[in-house]
Amino acid sequence: MKIPVHILEQIDQWMERAYPEEGAGFLLGHDHPEREVEAVLALPNTREEAARRNRYLIGAQEMLEAEREAERLNLDVIGVYHSHPDHPSQPSAYDLEWALPWFSYLIIRVSDGRADGVQSWRLREDRGGFAEEPLDRVEAGGSRLLDATV
Amino acid sequence: MAVLRISTPLRPYINGKSEVELQGETVLEVVEDLILQYPALRPHLFSSEGKLRAFVNLFLNDQDVRNLQGMETPVKENDRLVLVPSIAGGSRRDGCFPN
Repeated sequence: MKIPVHILEQIDQWMERAYPEEGAGFLLGHDHPEREVEAVLALPNTREEAARRNRYLIGAQEMLEAEREAERLNLDVIGVYHSHPDHPSQPSAYDLEWALPWFSYLIIRVSDGRADGVQSWRLREDRGGFAEEPLDRVEAGGSRLLDATV
Repeated sequence: MAVLRISTPLRPYINGKSEVELQGETVLEVVEDLILQYPALRPHLFSSEGKLRAFVNLFLNDQDVRNLQGMETPVKENDRLVLVPSIAGGSRRDGCFPN
């Protein structure tokens, strides 16, 4: 998946701001001729406060609104990003339980408040696990950074 | 015949369309017709025990069916259903944090 460096940097900043809680949002872009992120939409973690250190939740209404926003920009919602505070950037069993097909799942490791690792994952068709999706960091590209957390 | 709108990550399973016309007199029957027509969707909507996965939300004419009669909610001709997932995950199950 292609992703502009400045978008990755912005996501890192948002995830550091959310620390020690998990942060999350949507990746907007297109899938053809190749998957590419062109915009990001930061959203509040709507899990109850006590659970936010190891859980995130984006509700159905926010998903619908993100799809409307993507449509307005002539893009699709192509994935989700979220952080793993003081935990590796690999999907957990809970991530697997809630995973949707086709989406890219970008996971950012945040260690002691600093974002220091990122990997992208796609759910396998048999739902038995994830396959890592190579990240192609590009210098130019999408510039829409939509922050709905504040 | 009801119209079901489906969220982006599930559209590849309905030939890339965003909406399909389905038969059924209840929400459950409409979802069953969806699975009948597009069987590859089944594992993503239902667990191996046959339960609707926790992330699946269904809205009938903009109302969450959980606030109506759930999957038994009657569906009328020309009703609009929307199937949209909640998005969730997190870093670990164990430890002192709530699951």
